[in-house]
Amino acid sequence: MDFELSDEQNMLKDSVERFVLDNYSMDARAKLANTELGFSRDHWKTMAELGWLGMPFAEEVGGFGGSAVDVMIMMESMGRGLVLEPFLSTVILGGGLVAEAGSPAQIESILPQVIEGNMMLAFAYAEPQSRFNLNDVQTAASKSGDGYVLNGHKAVVYHGETADKIIVSARTSGNSQDEAGISLFVVDAKANGLSRRGYRTVDGQRAADIMLENVTVAADALLGAEGGAYPTIEKIVERAIAALCAEAVGAMQAANEITNEYLKERKQFGVPIGKFQVLQHRMVDMYMEAEQSKSMSDMVAMKLSMDDAKERQKAVSAAKAQIGQASKFVGQQSIQLHGGMGMTDEYSIGHYFKRLTTIEMLFGNTDYHFKKFAALSS
Amino acid sequence: MDLSFSDDDLAFQSEVREFLQTSLPKDVQERTARGLHPTKEAAVRWQKILNEKGWMAPNWPVEYGGTGWTVAQKYIAGQEFGLAAAPVATPFGVSMVGPVIYTFGNQEQKDKFLPRVLESDDWWCQGYSEPGSGSDLASLQTKAVRDGDDYVVNGQKIWTTFAQYADMIFCLVRTDNSGKKQEGISFLLIDMKTPGITVKPIYGLDKENSLNEVFFDDVRVPVANRIGEENKGWTYAKFLLGNERTSIARVGRSKRQVQRVREIAAAEQCGAGKLIEDADFMTKLGKIEVDLMALEYTELRYLSMLSAGKELSAEPSLLKIKGTEIQQRLTELLVESLGMYGAAYEPSEAYDGRNETAPGPDYAHGPMAEHLYLRAASIYGGSNEIQRNIVSKMVLGL
Ligand SMILES: Cc1cc2nc3c(=O)[nH]c(=O)nc-3n(C[C@H](O)[C@H](O)[C@H](O)COP(=O)(O)OP(=O)(O)OC[C@H]3O[C@@H](n4cnc5c(N)ncnc54)[C@H](O)[C@@H]3O)c2cc1C
Repeated sequence: MDFELSDEQNMLKDSVERFVLDNYSMDARAKLANTELGFSRDHWKTMAELGWLGMPFAEEVGGFGGSAVDVMIMMESMGRGLVLEPFLSTVILGGGLVAEAGSPAQIESILPQVIEGNMMLAFAYAEPQSRFNLNDVQTAASKSGDGYVLNGHKAVVYHGETADKIIVSARTSGNSQDEAGISLFVVDAKANGLSRRGYRTVDGQRAADIMLENVTVAADALLGAEGGAYPTIEKIVERAIAALCAEAVGAMQAANEITNEYLKERKQFGVPIGKFQVLQHRMVDMYMEAEQSKSMSDMVAMKLSMDDAKERQKAVSAAKAQIGQASKFVGQQSIQLHGGMGMTDEYSIGHYFKRLTTIEMLFGNTDYHFKKFAALSS
Repeated sequence: MDLSFSDDDLAFQSEVREFLQTSLPKDVQERTARGLHPTKEAAVRWQKILNEKGWMAPNWPVEYGGTGWTVAQKYIAGQEFGLAAAPVATPFGVSMVGPVIYTFGNQEQKDKFLPRVLESDDWWCQGYSEPGSGSDLASLQTKAVRDGDDYVVNGQKIWTTFAQYADMIFCLVRTDNSGKKQEGISFLLIDMKTPGITVKPIYGLDKENSLNEVFFDDVRVPVANRIGEENKGWTYAKFLLGNERTSIARVGRSKRQVQRVREIAAAEQCGAGKLIEDADFMTKLGKIEVDLMALEYTELRYLSMLSAGKELSAEPSLLKIKGTEIQQRLTELLVESLGMYGAAYEPSEAYDGRNETAPGPDYAHGPMAEHLYLRAASIYGGSNEIQRNIVSKMVLGL
């Protein structure tokens, strides 16, 4: 039993924190968020050079062979700076799917490129009707000669606009809610018939709706077994949720520090507002929520490698539900305690609130995971 | 005690409905239904229609152009306006400074300013808050020094909503520094075109510009534009804040929002069914609705007390706290109802500028804008912490 980081892990933490300190002042972030791309290719290169883009991948393919705890450490520190680069989309989701289900040829052609920072990925799982249900897939893949033809509409794909390859979940058989019959395809973003409409999201990032109209792919675009992708999707989304939880913890801790500092600095009625007991208690509640969240994030990072799928899923849903609630509370109260200052775009705290708001929704909101947890527990 | 409406009330209700159906411009209704601020042009256009009907100022006495509505009628109008997504008139003129002018102003000021409020010829803004004086408003430092028939004003206001549109600003200024801070404040009406006034935009969480800083650099204001007595401005300021708090409850609007959550939930897929069939989601909505109903009857009870000639103390603070909490919970639920499309957001001008519609279903455009803006509802008009302090002191004697 041990929650302590190893020396290597402390170094990793320091190095990500240093990157955030050097590159993610609120001004710098706002500038990046306002560009067409929405992040920095230079930062992406830096991340590749530091070996971060290979963190979770096996050493044989050029990766670092890191654990879920290593990923947690990185995400937490990136959360403190509200980092915009598509680490979650490319490395955890896209790269994770390829590493998990890919053939040796697919792994060989994709992962080294990802690790070197030359290829970005996105995972297109959601659809306009699917809400948070990963099994709700209507996008159709029909056999055509040696390959497949894809048709459908993928919704709110984070970083889908800038990805070089998009991993699409599509139905090769069954009805729209069936878990069986879902397949994954690696689709080139430039494929004929694939169109993307990119847009800004409230958290300063970018997403896209992706339309597939008779997109033809070869047989080797199929990632994993035909019709058998659902368990893979679930597993990788579990990892993404754990990573997101860590990001939320970093964002909450930073938001709390900023707010705590403000309570000491801001004076009204001749005293720092932190002297008002109601605000002290509120701040304590925010602190407690972040502490509870940190525990859940650590817990889930350590449980991700469990073989017992049900226990693992319970841990993931519990963490996401707790962290979803906490994210809302900490985000909203950070604004409240800043008064008017919290409502401005120029000041940092609102950006934490907005990212925490979308983290709560991503991969299933609080209610969704409470329900899932209850169902798994009964 | 009796909850039923009289025949007259029911006739009035039909009249309001019919008026809104025929006279509320569709574009104004659409923006309001989505939760977006009306543009200045649209707000003025709508207010002129209201004024033509004689309904611009329901809270004013008839002699100044008010409607003379009974408590029941005011309630009915509030409901119907809310349900029809008709925007309430911009508050700064008609709800804030107007009552101050007819209650504390002199005849000349009444004649000069009140008709222009009714006609929407002047757009007013509220110059209360300063960088160092928010909750502790009475500590304000913007200075006005007497020089002949003028005051010379120097200082800075902040969070001034729609100052960029304004023709006039009503301002709290310091005219005396010697005694208690509340006793050296005066209430001035200032023409925004006066030399020395600079307005600087502040962009909000929603990336919209509703907030501003207003700077005063040797701004000359005729003494004739002072309301009431010098150094008595705090009394007028507090009177205004009481009115502001009551109008912030917005029960009618929240009822419309409840409907809107239902409409979206009926359209949104959730698993094999629709979101509206999801018991947990609907229980959440139900809880808000029950709170809203309690607020509605609290408001009615207070209105009835007032019309029976009883005094209220800090009860408006309760309406403000509960009303804003409900508004925030409703926009949160609206965003939640959208699933992941709730995350897509740009200010609406951005889409208009590119001639694009927002991504996702049409109803997804709006909830996030309102959710972001309404985080301020528990801050403006006196924060909810300050309101609780007031109730605890004035009502509970703690
Ligand atoms: C969207 C928006 C529109 C606005 N429009 C206008 C306008 O048109 N004109 C205008 O004059 N002003 C306007 N305001 C300003 C508004 O009235 C102030 O923001 C508000 O009074 C709070 O002041 P502050 O922002 O300085 O926060 P502060 O007073 O610094 O408060 C910070 C935090 O401390 C808490 N706090 C302060 N004192 C106490 C206490 N004694 N006990 C417990 N808690 C306390 C507050 O509740 C808050 O949570 C607007 C504000 C917003 C956000």
